[in-house]
Amino acid sequence: MRNNGDEKVIKENTNIALDNSHITKKGALSICNVTKIYDPEGVHVIALEDCSLDIKAGEFVAVVGPSGCGKTTLLNIIAGFDSLTHGEIYLDNELLAAPGVKPKPGPDRVVVFQHGALFPWKTVLDNVIYGPVIQKKMSRDEAIEIARDKLSRLGLKEIENVYPGQLSSGMQRRVEIVRALINNPLVLLLDEPFRGMDSVTKSASHEALLELYDIFHKTIYFITHDLEEAIFLSDTVVVMTTRPGKIRMTIKVDLPRPRDYRMLSTPRFLELKETAKDAVHEEALKAFQRGERELA
Amino acid sequence: MSKTNISKDNSVANMFVKKEISFGKRLQKKLFNRTNINGTIAILGFFLIWHLLVVLRMPFMKHIPTPVTVLETFINLVTKKVYWVSLWFSTKRVFYGFVAAQVLGIPLGLAMGWSRKFKYLSFPVFEVLRPIPPLAWVPVSILFWPTNELSIAFITFIGAFFTIVLNVLRGVSSIDKELYRSALSLGAKPQHIFRKIILPASIPSIATGMMVGIGITWNVVIAAEMIAGDKGIGRLTWEGYLAGDTPTIIVGMISIGFAGWLSSGIVKIISDRMMPWRKLF
Repeated sequence: MRNNGDEKVIKENTNIALDNSHITKKGALSICNVTKIYDPEGVHVIALEDCSLDIKAGEFVAVVGPSGCGKTTLLNIIAGFDSLTHGEIYLDNELLAAPGVKPKPGPDRVVVFQHGALFPWKTVLDNVIYGPVIQKKMSRDEAIEIARDKLSRLGLKEIENVYPGQLSSGMQRRVEIVRALINNPLVLLLDEPFRGMDSVTKSASHEALLELYDIFHKTIYFITHDLEEAIFLSDTVVVMTTRPGKIRMTIKVDLPRPRDYRMLSTPRFLELKETAKDAVHEEALKAFQRGERELA
Repeated sequence: MSKTNISKDNSVANMFVKKEISFGKRLQKKLFNRTNINGTIAILGFFLIWHLLVVLRMPFMKHIPTPVTVLETFINLVTKKVYWVSLWFSTKRVFYGFVAAQVLGIPLGLAMGWSRKFKYLSFPVFEVLRPIPPLAWVPVSILFWPTNELSIAFITFIGAFFTIVLNVLRGVSSIDKELYRSALSLGAKPQHIFRKIILPASIPSIATGMMVGIGITWNVVIAAEMIAGDKGIGRLTWEGYLAGDTPTIIVGMISIGFAGWLSSGIVKIISDRMMPWRKLF
């Protein structure tokens, strides 16, 4: 009986994947020579220097680098929380950010934050329907229907009336990703969503994210410190240098999907890790030494 | 990897399903929990020690009556109208002062937290007025307000007002930046931010302000009544002192304690209602 049930769910999932396949062609990000200087007149901190990166529609990009390397700055610029000093960013060939263009956050580029930003005063269900309701894209009832459908598909239906504070961080992050996805965004921006989780929660969260990715196939910009996590999840790993943030190397991850934790010990995985390890380590060391200097 | 991993772990979710317990059992659980039992023991112990200290003629206890005498006075007083009238007047003054402080203080705190310009405009005046103790307002208050009642309620208001404003202001300015950002990212417009984020996110600090405020209003009303009032439980206590009637003083003190405790309890219930998400498990 149980096997039957499993098969049914798999079938459903593939159906969804097929349903969405025709719209996944959107969400290509083109980041051209982006430079961000904080306080150009005064302290003049170069956060990003001449970063160029092409992210294909539906691609999963993981950005790795030491703290202060500008990966979050780039995310904030894409999200529309911050402006840039030089360069342009295009989303599906439309200008998104350029000097003089007012940054504008919006539901086509939803962000999931490091510490989680579910509204603590709203139940899980009310959190999930927040986007479509505030945009007046759906009525409350319509949104609830869709939200329930999405939550139940992820085994989160039982908790729809629970407040976020009652959930574990792993579940919170899952709800938050559902809250983002219900807006049908072109790009999902994830700012170290699994930082500080214990390894068990983390690997469960990885599986959940991968499963969501396989279903919805959105463009993902994923920030992390953790090289293994980056390789395991993504199609492309971007290694950034310590400040001023530049792109040091990009690595295409050719591991097949769906991904499985057993891949963590395959020769190909280790080979990819080996390629990036030295670069990541060197940048981390540089950042560490600079930190020591700044403190001294 | 199993595709259905997520769909299966309903067991985690099941722990949020409420179990039904009968009303009698719930009441029993509510009344006879560890907190209540320990609290009762502590109060009884307090009276016992007090009694012993007086009976054993310990130093400094010469003018203090035993709890038994106090109880007799208490029983005598509660049968008289003057006691209830006093209590009623004090409660009224606390209520008016407290409500006025909330009604004016919460919007002011929100506005100061929301608009930096408004904060820069109003904060200096606020910070000069704030350290003035409520009782220092008594003479001006009596001159300014037409009736005695209004002037005492005003002094009570002063007591709670600054606390609530400061709490709300601090609450608004400590709202996580990521909550604003995630709202904007989900499609909220800047004009939604106040009602949808700032207001609900500052409810916990409003509640804290209310809790602290209700305590202060009782402090202040009693002192104000002693100086300026007629009627009121503070006045009753003071008259006990003037008449050299120590048991009445102590009955007054205990009544004030009870009234304060009861009001805090009511405010606590209200504030829990205001933020159901804070009552976890």
